[in-house]
Amino acid sequence: MGYKLSNTGFNEYIQQLKERYRLFAPVLESKKGKFAQTDVIAYGEIEKFDDMILESKSYYSPKEIFFPIRETLFYFMKDTIETPKINEKPVIIFIRPCDLNGIRRLDSIFLKNGEEVDFYYLRRRELVKFIMIECLEGFDTCFCVSMNSNIALDYDAVIRVEENVVSLKVVDDKLEAPVLSNTDKVEFEPEFIKENKVKVTIPNVDLVSKETFNNDIWKEYTSRCIACGRCNTSCITCSCYTMQDVKLSDDKSIGERRRVWAGCHVDGFSDMAGGHNFRDKNGERMRYKTMHKVNDFYKRFDEHMCVGCGRCDDVCPEYISFSKCINKLNEIVEEGKNYD
Amino acid sequence: MTNPYLPIPYKILEVRQETDIDYTYKVAYSGQLIGGQFMEISIPGVGEAPISICGFDDKSLEMTIRKVGRLTDQIFSLKKDDTLYMRGPYGNGFDLEKFRGKDVAFIAGGTGLAPVRKTIDYFIRNKDEVKNLEVLIGFKSPSDQLFVDDIKRWSVDNNITVTVDQGDENWTKETGLITKHITKLDLSDVKNKVAVVVGPPIMMKFTTLELIKKGFQEENIWVSFERKMSCGIGKCGHCKIDETYVCLEGPVFNYVKAKTLID
Repeated sequence: MGYKLSNTGFNEYIQQLKERYRLFAPVLESKKGKFAQTDVIAYGEIEKFDDMILESKSYYSPKEIFFPIRETLFYFMKDTIETPKINEKPVIIFIRPCDLNGIRRLDSIFLKNGEEVDFYYLRRRELVKFIMIECLEGFDTCFCVSMNSNIALDYDAVIRVEENVVSLKVVDDKLEAPVLSNTDKVEFEPEFIKENKVKVTIPNVDLVSKETFNNDIWKEYTSRCIACGRCNTSCITCSCYTMQDVKLSDDKSIGERRRVWAGCHVDGFSDMAGGHNFRDKNGERMRYKTMHKVNDFYKRFDEHMCVGCGRCDDVCPEYISFSKCINKLNEIVEEGKNYD
Repeated sequence: MTNPYLPIPYKILEVRQETDIDYTYKVAYSGQLIGGQFMEISIPGVGEAPISICGFDDKSLEMTIRKVGRLTDQIFSLKKDDTLYMRGPYGNGFDLEKFRGKDVAFIAGGTGLAPVRKTIDYFIRNKDEVKNLEVLIGFKSPSDQLFVDDIKRWSVDNNITVTVDQGDENWTKETGLITKHITKLDLSDVKNKVAVVVGPPIMMKFTTLELIKKGFQEENIWVSFERKMSCGIGKCGHCKIDETYVCLEGPVFNYVKAKTLID
């Protein structure tokens, strides 16, 4: 059912949802930007409609809401192992179509890659519902249309935010609320962005060869990339992590095992015991990430991993553009052209 | 919902020294295993790491562990009757069917002998199941030798070659890199001969190249990869090579597939 609400009306809807859900949306994190005294837009819990920041892209993706940066898997206490409880109050995430498509990629890795289902991912993920934010303009670095991720249909509700008016379509009955029964009912279907400023062409996976992997285009990134991993941490689809054990008590009888986000650009990602490392050069790491995002993942799940949110371009301190990299990759695959 | 990350405590039945830095741990365990699979072993509060299973029977499994890091340093302080935490087994392992009725050569370098030890031992005990069996093992030096008792037992009435890169005055077996000794294998029907190559990346690379030069068919060569699997269940991403997850589709690969994998 579609509704048309005033800003006050929509805020009331949020208040009523808040009784049953924790609501997350892009918010302004004051003074938490990458430089002193600067702000950053990231996903956070909102109290009211006004807290939502919609005029800019969030620096970080919403993945950390159900795939935390650091997550305790269990506590050790002498001979017992205890899995911590989590906040089981359901969650609503206000999300753009690209990110919603990105979450399906995360689901593929955590729930469908291999026979085992990721216990920790699933128990948080099951609590989540999505209210999609209609996104018709995009931002400078977005290339969702090229990645076929501009359209998302698996939302539980969707909103269009205009000046003083919020249109709402509720798909999941659980997201109905008393305020809506006194609200104007309208027909509302979301529209989707049709064109971005940035366009990429993904090379045909059947044409990607061993030569593509060994091509000289990757060398450029060895000198440019500083292996900071910002592209990994801001990415909606980067899902890698590392196990970490920590002792919590002085007598070492209490400890915990956690998992923490890991990034394929960051030193140590492929280190093995004894010191062997598989991708020493940063250009090799760029190649590894790029091929995962626009080639390897496709072969397992029939869709590319990258959703074109463009955050990696936004956050890179060396101004490395992933969309430009994809286009270069396509050129060498198409033409067999070798950049020296 | 089952939680695949939960480690289970197991009792250590025996600790055996192999070298100054390699010890074999025998752990009480019952369950289906395949040689070449691995376990995620851990000490709570210290860490977790993937370790190959190098032997097993109905009631126990064995793992040979080299002291190379924080976790393995701590494991070295464990003794008989202590507890070791494990989860697994993970990976495909060596499918015996691939070798039954064949002329097979096992070629192992250093700790690479561990993942393939159980499979070698099986065919040594069941020699009628293969057409011909040869084993070529290389170590850095005489003091780096692993499974000395096994090798002694295997060598009775079998074609076992042991070489070290650098011998000493007491060394009576072969010397030189493993690739130098491939000619010692029976290559009379090389087109149908099957080879299993396990060892450090550089050893596997040059050994497989040498085998192909000698006339081995790519599809008759099997290798086993070592990567840093954090989860063992296809989630953490550390062992991914191209679209392949070593923990899920490996660690044992046919060379036709293995040669296409670029880290």
